[in-house]
Amino acid sequence: MLYREAGDFKTSYAKDNQTFPIKFDRTGYWVILIAAAVVVPFMVNDYWASSLLVPFLIYAIAALGLNILVGYCGQVSLGTGGFMAVGAYSSYKLMTAFPWMDMFSVTILSGVITAIVGAAFGLPSLRIKGFYLAVATLAAQFFLVWLFNKVSWFYNYSASGQISAPERSVFGILVTGPNTAAWAQYLFCLIFVVVLAWVARNLTRGTVGRKWMAIRDMDIAAEIIGVNPLRAKLSAFAVSSFFIGIAGGLFFTVYLGAVEVGEVFGIQKSFLVLFMVIIGGLGSIFGSFAGAAFLVLLPVVLKVVGVDMLGMPTDIVAHLNLVIVGGLIIFFLIVEPHGLAQLWRLTKEKLRLWPFPH
Amino acid sequence: MPDQLLFGMEVALNGLMAGVMYSLVALGFVLIFKASGIFNYAQGVMALFAAMTLVGIQNGQVPFAHLINATLGTDIHNFGWTVPALAAILLTVVVMAIFAWLVNKFVFSHLVNQEPIILFMATIGLAYFLEGVADLMWGSEIKTLDVGLPQGINDWLETTTFDAVGYGFFIDNLDIVATIIAALLVLGLILFSQYTKQGRALRAVADDHQAALSVGISLNFIWVLVWSIAGFVALVAGIMWGAKSGVQFSLSLIALKALPVLMLGGFTSIPGAIIGGLIIGVGEKLFEFAIGAPYLGGATENWFAYVLALIFLVFRPQGLFGEKIIERV
Amino acid sequence: MKKLGTLTVAALCAAAPAMAELVIPDLSYRTGPYAAGGIPFSDGYQDYFTLLNERDGGIGGEPIRVIECETGYNTEKGVECYESTKGEGALVYQPLSTGITYQLIPKAEADGIPIHTMGYGRTSAVNGEVFNNVFNYPANYWDAASVAVNYLLEQNDGSLDGKTIALVYHNSAYGKEPIRTLNALGEKHGFELTEIAVDHPGQEQKSQWLQIRRERPDYVLMWGWGVMNQVAIQEAANVRYPMDQFIGNWWAGAEHDVTPAGDAADGYLSLNMNTINPDYPVFEEIRAQVIEPGMGAGDGSNVGKVLYTRGMYAAMLAAEAIAKAQEIHGVTDITPAQMRDGMAALEMTETRMKELGAPNIGPVFAVSCQNHGGSGEGLVQRWNASAGAFEPLTGFITPDASIIEPLVQEDSLAYAAENNITPACAE
Repeated sequence: MLYREAGDFKTSYAKDNQTFPIKFDRTGYWVILIAAAVVVPFMVNDYWASSLLVPFLIYAIAALGLNILVGYCGQVSLGTGGFMAVGAYSSYKLMTAFPWMDMFSVTILSGVITAIVGAAFGLPSLRIKGFYLAVATLAAQFFLVWLFNKVSWFYNYSASGQISAPERSVFGILVTGPNTAAWAQYLFCLIFVVVLAWVARNLTRGTVGRKWMAIRDMDIAAEIIGVNPLRAKLSAFAVSSFFIGIAGGLFFTVYLGAVEVGEVFGIQKSFLVLFMVIIGGLGSIFGSFAGAAFLVLLPVVLKVVGVDMLGMPTDIVAHLNLVIVGGLIIFFLIVEPHGLAQLWRLTKEKLRLWPFPH
Repeated sequence: MPDQLLFGMEVALNGLMAGVMYSLVALGFVLIFKASGIFNYAQGVMALFAAMTLVGIQNGQVPFAHLINATLGTDIHNFGWTVPALAAILLTVVVMAIFAWLVNKFVFSHLVNQEPIILFMATIGLAYFLEGVADLMWGSEIKTLDVGLPQGINDWLETTTFDAVGYGFFIDNLDIVATIIAALLVLGLILFSQYTKQGRALRAVADDHQAALSVGISLNFIWVLVWSIAGFVALVAGIMWGAKSGVQFSLSLIALKALPVLMLGGFTSIPGAIIGGLIIGVGEKLFEFAIGAPYLGGATENWFAYVLALIFLVFRPQGLFGEKIIERV
Repeated sequence: MKKLGTLTVAALCAAAPAMAELVIPDLSYRTGPYAAGGIPFSDGYQDYFTLLNERDGGIGGEPIRVIECETGYNTEKGVECYESTKGEGALVYQPLSTGITYQLIPKAEADGIPIHTMGYGRTSAVNGEVFNNVFNYPANYWDAASVAVNYLLEQNDGSLDGKTIALVYHNSAYGKEPIRTLNALGEKHGFELTEIAVDHPGQEQKSQWLQIRRERPDYVLMWGWGVMNQVAIQEAANVRYPMDQFIGNWWAGAEHDVTPAGDAADGYLSLNMNTINPDYPVFEEIRAQVIEPGMGAGDGSNVGKVLYTRGMYAAMLAAEAIAKAQEIHGVTDITPAQMRDGMAALEMTETRMKELGAPNIGPVFAVSCQNHGGSGEGLVQRWNASAGAFEPLTGFITPDASIIEPLVQEDSLAYAAENNITPACAE
C-alpha cells in the first residue's frame, strides 16, 4: 500500500526503460534531488557540511567508481587510496601551475589523469584474477603513496611535503580554501555527485555496462560471445579511476584543504572504500550511496549518542564504535548477504504488500 | 675491508630471516583459505588479540577493566598475580579456540554456501569487532611481551664469519628462534594433516566441501578446528613480532606484510607461504640494499614486495604453488 | 546502554548549560596506532585544568570546561572534532597531529581561533606575522635538530668536522622536517648527513639498521613515531649501536618507546622540550586534589611520566595565556581573539614556573606578535633502565638561530605568497 507499484502501466519501450520505471520511485527521486539541491543548502552549517555531508558525497563518488570496477566488472581493487592520491595531487599541481583555471576543469582534468594512471595499473588484470588481483592492486597503492611522498616536484618542493589547497572560486563563489561557505562546498560536491551518478547509471545499463557484467559473470564465456576482455577491463579501470580521481581531488580541495599522502590516502582508505561498496551492495548505484552513508554517518552518530548524550569516556565510545560497526556488518550479512541495496529491494517488496502480506 | 658482496650476502641472509617472519603471518591466511575458501582479513587483528591476551593473562590484568571502572566507578586493574609464560600461552590457545568456536557458531555457520566476497566481508566485520574488543579488554597501552625469547646479535655467527672472511655477519637470535619455530610449525601441520584422522578430514574438506560432507565429515567441527589452528598460528606470529616492538595496535598491520607472500606463494599452499616469504624477504631487502637506498631515497620495501609478487603473478597467475585455476564455460 | 550511561561519571563531557566558562577542547587520541602516546598527554592536559578548577575555581574565577574529542590521530575525525567543538566557544586548539594541524591552520585563521602546536606541526608558524593564529612555542622541529647538533658539538669540543650523522626518519611530512636544517648545519659544521627513511608503520627495519651497522655513523638521530620507535631502539640494541650516540627527538623519547627493549635500551638519549621531574610539587597537588577524589582523566598511573608532563605543561602554558589575556583585556570571560593576544604576550619566567609548582619545567621565554616560537631551547635526557625513568642529562640548549631564522622566513613567506597573505601583526 505504502509502496505504490500496482497500476503503473507503460505503453512504450521508452517508458519501460526509464531509470525509475515505477512512478513512486521517480517522484521520490525528484523530491530527494530537489530537497538536496534547494532546501539543504539553506540549512547546512559548517558542522553538517564538514563532518557529514561533504565527506558523504565524496565517499559516494569514490564508492560509485569502485563499484563500477568491483561490482559491475568483477575486478577487485585495493588501489583506491593510491588513485585518490593521484586525483588530489593532480588537482594540486593544476591549481598551482594554472591559477586561472576554474575548479570544474581542475577536478575533471584530475579525473582524466587518474583514469590514465588507473588504466595503466589495470593491465595486470588481463592475467590475474580474483583475490590475487586485489593484492596486485596493492602494488599500485603502495607505489603511488611512496612516489608522492618521495618526489618533491609533486608538492612543489615545500619543506614539509604537505600540500594545501589555495583559494579558488567558481562563478565568483569560493569553493576551496578556509573561507568557503558551507553551502558552496556542499553544492559543488553535490553537482559532481548527481552528474556522476547519472553517468554511472546510464553507463552500466548500456552496452559498456553489459560488457562489464558479462566479464564479471564469466570472462571466458564473455570472450566467446564477442566481448573484448582487454577493452572491457581497461575501460572499467579507466572509468572507475576517473570517478575515484574526482573523489580524491574533491577530498583534497574541498573537504580537507590540506593533505599528507601517507596518512590520508594510505591503505586504510582503500579498504574503507571497498567496505563501503561491499556493505552497500555490489553492482548497485544505490548501494554505493548506502554504503558511504553507513560508514561515514554511523561513527558520527554513535559518537554523538555515546559521548554527547550518554557522557561516556571518548575512548570507550571509540572502541564500542568499532564493536558496533563490526557487529552490524556481520548482522546485515547474515540477514542479507548482498548488502544494503538488496535489503532495500526486499523492503520495497514488503512495503508493496503492506499491510496485507500473503 | 669487506666488500659489497659480503654486505649483499649479509643482507640476503637477513632477508631470509625476515621472510620467515612474514611466512608466520601468511600461514594463518593459508590455513583458513584452504579449508574454507575464506580470505580472512581479520588474521592480523587475531595476531594482535592473541598477543594482547597472552600479555594480559601473564600480568594478571583484569579484562575490560577500563570499561568496568568507567561504568561502575570502581578502580580495579590487576588480579595481583602473574602467570608463567608457558601456562599463559596454553591459556591463550584455549581463548583462541573459544574464539574460533564463537566465530563459527555466530558468523560462519549462518553463511554456509555464500560467495567468497561475502565471506571476506564477514571477516572485515570480524576484524572491526575484534579490534574494538581487544582494546576494550586489555587497554591500548604498549605492553612489553616477555616469554623468555633470546634477542640480539648471534655472537657465534659473528665471530665465526669474522674469522673466516673478515666481516662478522649479523643475525638476530630472535630470527633464528623464529625460523626453528616456523619449521616445527610446518612440520607439525604436515604430520597432523597426513597422519591424524582430523587432519585427513581437514584435507578432505579443503578438496571438496560437499564430497567431505557426504562421507560424514562434520564441516562445523573442521572449521572450528582450522580457525583454532589459525588462532594458534596468529599467536605465534604475535609473539614473534611483539617481542620486537612490544604488543600494540600496529601489530594488526603485519597482515599487510603477509599479503605479497600469499600472492607469490599461492593462497592454498603451506610450502608456498614459506617459500613465498623467503623470496619476498630476500627480494625486498636486496632491492633496498642495491637500488632503493642508494638511488631511490630508501623506504622502497613496502611497495617493492608487491611489485615482486606482481611480476611472478604475471607468469603464474595462481602463485608459485597455488592450485592451477581451471576455467570451464 | 541506558544503564551504562546513567552510571557513567560524566565529569568531563556533561553538556552543561551555556554559562560563562572557558572552553578548552582536547583533541585526544586514546585509540588507534598511537594511543600509547596520546593517553598520557591527554591525561596531563585535562588533569591540570581539573586541578585549576578544584584548587582555584578556574582561572580568574572563571571555571574551565574541557571538551574531550577522540581523533584516533585521524585527520577526518580531527575535522569532525574541530567543527563540533568550535561552536562551543573554544579558546585554543591543541591538534596533536601533524595532519590535523596542517588541516586546521587555514581554518583557524579564517575562524579566528588560535592553535597551539607545541613542538610539532608547521615549523614556519614561528613567523607570527604570517600565521597570526598559530603558535608553536616553546620549540619546534628545526630547533630540535639544531639543539641535537649543538649537544653533539659540545660533546666533541666544538667541532663536528668529518663526523657522520645518520638520520633515521619516519617517511612522512613529520619525519622529513629536520632534513633541511640538518643539511644546512652540516654545511656549517662539516659533518656528513646520511638520510635513512623508514616507511610507515616501521615494524621491519632490518635494512635500515644493517646499513647503520655497515656504515657505523658517529651518531644516529631519530625522527620516529609510533611502533617505529620501539623497533628502532630494539634494532639499535641488536646491532650493538652505542645508545649514548643515539638521540631520538622528543616524540621518540617516552617511557613506552624504550620499555619494550628492556635493559638493552639503557642509556638511550632523547630530546625534550620540558624537564622531567616526578617530584614537582604540582604533581603532588594533582594526586591529592584530582586523582584521589577520582576526577582524574586516567587512573593516575601516568602522573609524572614524560608525555604526561608534556601534556600538563601544555595545559600550563594555555592557562597562563588565558590569565594573560584576562589581564590585558580586563575581562574574565575571554574570546578566542583575546586568547590570541594573551598567547602573543605570554611570558614564562623562572619565578612564575616556581610559583606554578614546576620549577624549570620549560625554558624561559617570551612570545611576541612577530615570534610565535618561543626560545626554541631543548634539553637532552637519558633513559635509566634500572630506575625506569628518563633523567635530564643537560640543561636547556639554545638552537642556532642563524640557520633556522632564514629557513623560517623562506618557508613562511612562500606560504604567504601562495595564500595571498600580507605579513602583519594581528590587530
